[in-house]
This record gives sequence, structure tokens and C-alpha cells, in this order.
Amino acid sequence: MKNIVEIEGVNKIYGTNHVVRNMNLSVGEGEFLTLLGSSGCGKTTTLRMIAGFEEPTSGSIRVEGEPIEEKEPYERNVNTVFQSYALFPHKTIYDNIAYGLKMKKVPKAEIKERVAEMMEMVQLGGFEKRYPSQLSGGQKQRVAIARALINRPRVLLLDEPLGALDLKLRKQMQIELKRLQKKLNITFIYVTHDQEEALTMSDRIAVMHDGVIDQLGTPTEIYEHPATRFVATFIGETNTYDGCISSITDGVAVMTLENGIVSVACPDDFSILEYATVSVRPEKMRFSSSPVEGFGLQAQVKDYIYVGSVLKCIVSLPNGNELKIERLAGQELPPVGSRCYPYWIPSDAVLIHNESHYIFEALNDIRLA
Amino acid sequence: MDIERTQKRRIRPDTLSAILMVGPVTLVMVLLVAIPLIYVAAMSFCSIDEFYNVTSDLTMDNYVRLMDADYMRIYARSLFIAFVTTILCILIGYPFSYIIARTKSRRKKVLYMLVIIPFWTNSLIRIYGWRSFLGTNGWLNSLIIALHITDGPIDMLYRNGTTILGMVYCLIPFMILPLYTAIEKLDASLLEASYDLGAHPARTFLEVILPLTSGGIFSGSLMVFIPCLGYFFVSDILGGGNSDMIGNLIERQFQSGNNWPLGAALSIVLILLTLILVKIYQRLGGDMDALGV
Repeated sequence: MKNIVEIEGVNKIYGTNHVVRNMNLSVGEGEFLTLLGSSGCGKTTTLRMIAGFEEPTSGSIRVEGEPIEEKEPYERNVNTVFQSYALFPHKTIYDNIAYGLKMKKVPKAEIKERVAEMMEMVQLGGFEKRYPSQLSGGQKQRVAIARALINRPRVLLLDEPLGALDLKLRKQMQIELKRLQKKLNITFIYVTHDQEEALTMSDRIAVMHDGVIDQLGTPTEIYEHPATRFVATFIGETNTYDGCISSITDGVAVMTLENGIVSVACPDDFSILEYATVSVRPEKMRFSSSPVEGFGLQAQVKDYIYVGSVLKCIVSLPNGNELKIERLAGQELPPVGSRCYPYWIPSDAVLIHNESHYIFEALNDIRLA
Repeated sequence: MDIERTQKRRIRPDTLSAILMVGPVTLVMVLLVAIPLIYVAAMSFCSIDEFYNVTSDLTMDNYVRLMDADYMRIYARSLFIAFVTTILCILIGYPFSYIIARTKSRRKKVLYMLVIIPFWTNSLIRIYGWRSFLGTNGWLNSLIIALHITDGPIDMLYRNGTTILGMVYCLIPFMILPLYTAIEKLDASLLEASYDLGAHPARTFLEVILPLTSGGIFSGSLMVFIPCLGYFFVSDILGGGNSDMIGNLIERQFQSGNNWPLGAALSIVLILLTLILVKIYQRLGGDMDALGV
């Protein structure tokens, strides 16, 4: 797969605010890449730099091999779908969608044909003569997408395009967008703060935190093997435990926590006496009525919450921390108030390097030096 | 019957509070606007005796006199000066408003104050300032002579051009403020969308910026054009009688001419002209609230 967008060592600084830090990212042709993160993490700024609306403070961005500084936004083969839609309020839907072709001086007959085809594709036939103010949110969204796609860009940038829609419409549009992207084989760079949306649609996800890409990978990698504590807690629900690795045997580490010991599958880059974090998804958690080998956690069942297909169980540890455990509804379960022993299969848990520990260590080194 | 009576009883306190709220405003409007207007309208049908006293002999003579060719020439000149002033105000005011509205830095406030501060000084005094600046012995001529650009002073005062200069100077804030509001309201992402879709800055201006700020141009034009017809002191001081406008005619009838009925008739004509312009503005889709800046 050829790279169509290449970001190398890009920094963006506004005054004293370091918004994007030393970013490196390549996006392949025809790929659906999502920049995922909470507000203020630098994802929109990254997108605006690719669009050419902002200039990187340092580093380089290349689109189709050409540095972006060399072309103005209106000269490039990249189109944007704006968060606020940014439809021209004084133009009809037809004129809005035809705008890009009109600017490129495409013959009138061809414009007419392509607009009609595009409006059919986004299911807006018959709305030609209306004005944006006469459309619903979902329809405006379709116009915004059609207006960008009609130019047949190599790269389409989407800035939280579904943010203003209600849940049902959003789910429907997610599927439609993915279908369009596959059909037209256009590279999508998609910005969102909705982790579920990112998991549903993307080929790859770049999870951003404080201007840094914490992890770049497929939805499965991101969900099942989070690289940092932030990624683990941001994507889906999880239980995290901080502790110290006390022994490693046959790729399984035994960790000492505040409330007892647990066993976790241990990759090679962890060592004995290292402080680390364990992340276990609620659906991977189990509990037993008697102690399990390799686990020393004792808890009390606090509450059951019925959410349809699954039952959420809240148990509390002696120090007051609560754990979330998900069970399929209909299974036999210990009554509320009873004692239980939470555990998991060691390979279902993920071990994460403890960043705060690194900082502590670094500070110690400085003190020693 | 019963229902009707209870309804009436319930309505009464509402009506009272409505009168209390709207009453004072209505009273002020009647006393300061409606009565003087009716008085002027009535006066325009009166005549004068040989001692220039207003008599109540009703006549249409005043309006007939307004059809005179000399007056017609002054109306035409008034409209011409007001038109040129409006065009110049748009040409100068638009780029200026655009810069103030789009600048993000602290300069924005400074630029805005540059428009507002002259408002705090009496415009009559400022126009006298222009006269001493442009006069034969004024600063500008002294400078030109000192720099040996010409031998003698240039005659700059008492021309239509000088009047237009003064009008533009006095009235440009009325153009800039509504334009500023219109441009400020413009969503920056619309401009980005236009660039993104391949429109050059000039094309973006014509396709997006201009149509979306035309409301500001409309209301600004109306707020320059109408006062321009009545700012008699500008054409008086800078035009020196060579560029008389409707305002000068009215002023003269009430002052030196001492023919109040004729002045009243002229005033009524000016009011009607203004109303027609406002009506046209509304027809073109102008927003009446935008005029209340």
C-alpha cells in the first residue's frame, strides 16, 4: 500500500500551548484512518494542518508526495467535511454540491450529471432547489459529504462529521460512510472522540492524548492490547490495577497489589520488581466462590445491573475500589452481599508499563546524578 | 354570558399593566414625533402675508413652487451628491470593516475606536476643521507651497467635491458599523469550505463573502444616503453655496428666507423621499432591525 499522507516530526505550538508534539504518521491509499481522542488532544489541529488551514510550527506534511507548504488550500486534491457542515446558506443544495466543480470550470452539462449522480448516492434526490436552512441535521450532513466527494478527492478529511446527529441516525450514517468509502476507494482521515464510532468504522486508529499518538493500530489491537493506561481506559470499559511484578514463570507474571496477588500474561519487556498496570475488560473477568490458584483477591458482591443481553456486576475490594464484571444474563450468580473471588485467565489480561513509575524513576536518576 | 363576564374581569388588570408599560413611550412619541409632524404637515398648506407672518389661508402654492426648475436642479444635485457619497463610503468602508472584523489581535479595538472616537466630537466643529485645513491659507496649501509643488494656493474649497469629501467623512461610521456587524457574523468555516472546494480568494469574495454581507451594505447605504440629503451644514461650510442640497433649502426658508410654510413643504417632500427609499430597502429584503444600529 502506497502512502498518500505522510506526517513527519510535526509540532504545532500556539503561544505557550504545545498542541501537537513530534507527530509521525503515514496514511495509506484507500485507508480509513481515525484520529481518536478527547477534546483538546490535538486531533482537529492535525486535520486542519493536513487540510492546509494551519501551518505546522515545525516538521513536514506531504500529501501525494508533495509538501503542503507549496500549495494553497484551494489548489489541492484534498477535501474537508466540516464539523459545522459549513454549507453556504445563500445557495441551493444543487449549487452547494456543484460549487467545487464550478470552481474547476467543469462544463455545465457534466456538472449537472455528476451532481444528480452524487445526490442519488447520498439519497437526496428531489432536494435540488431547497436551501440548507430547510433541511434536517442528517440531510445537511449528507449535503456536506456530497459537496466534498463530488470533487473526487484523493483524501477526504472529516472533522467529527456525525457529532450533531442523534444516536440512531449516527449509527446509520456510520455504516453509509463506510460503504461510500469502500465503494469510491478514497482515503478517509476521520476525527472523532467517540471510541465506538472509531472501532466500528476504521481500518486503523491513532489514539491521541495531549498532542501525542499514544497508540496506532487496528481496532482489535487497540482494544485487546492497549499500549498505555490512557488507551486502555479511553477505549471501552476496563478494570485497572497498579502493582509490582513479584515473579515471572513461563511467561506468566505474579503481581502484588494492594489487595492481594494476581496472575497476568507477561511480555518479554517486563522484568521482576517493575511497577506496572494490569487492565482487564469486564467481559473477561470471572468470579468464583472459592479461592483460585494464582489469585488472592477477595471481594464482596455489591450490586447487579441488568442491561439487556448482559448483567453488570459491581464488586468491591477491601480498600473500597470497585470492579466491573460482565456476565451473560441467565447465568447463576452469587447473591448480593456474599463473598467472592475475582479472577481471570492470565492471557485475557493486559500488562501495561506504568508511565508514572518511569517519571518517578527519571526523577530518582536526576537526584542521584 | 357568565364566561364572557369572567373573561372581561380577567382582561382588565392585563390591559392596565399594558397601558402602564406602553403608555409612557406612546406619550413621548406622540408629543415629540407625531404632533410636530402633523404641525409641519399642516404648516406646509399655510400661506404668509406681506410681513412674512404665517396665515391660515389654506393653499397648494408651496408645493407648486417646489416644481420650479431651480429647485429641481437642487434636488438632482442632492441625489447625485448623496449617491456618490454612498458609493465612496462602500468603497472605503468595506475593506476597513473587513479588516476590523477579521483581525484577531489587539489592533482590532484600536481600529474600532478610530471609528467611534470622532463621534464624541461635534461634527460641526470637525467640518470647520476641514475648512481651515483645506482653505487658501490652510495647512494643506501652506505645505504644498512650502514644498514648491505649486506657486500659489490651490482652490480646494466650495466645490461639489469638497462637499462630498465632508459628507463621506461625517457619514462613513454609519457605513462601517453595519458592515462590521455583517462581516463579523460571517462564519469563518464558510470561507475555509470555499477555499477547500477550490475557490481562489477573489472568487470566494464574490461567491460567499459579498452575498452574505450584502445586508450590511444595504443598511449602511440607507443610513448614509438619507442623512446625506439633510446634512445642510456640510454643504454650507465646505460647499459655500456652490453645492446646495435639499437640507440647505429647508434651512434657508426657516432662517433667512423666513418662509416657514415653504420650508415645511420642502420638509414634507424630504420625508416622503426618505419613506420611499426605506420602502425600496424593505422590498429588496432589507432587515429593519439592522437600521437600528
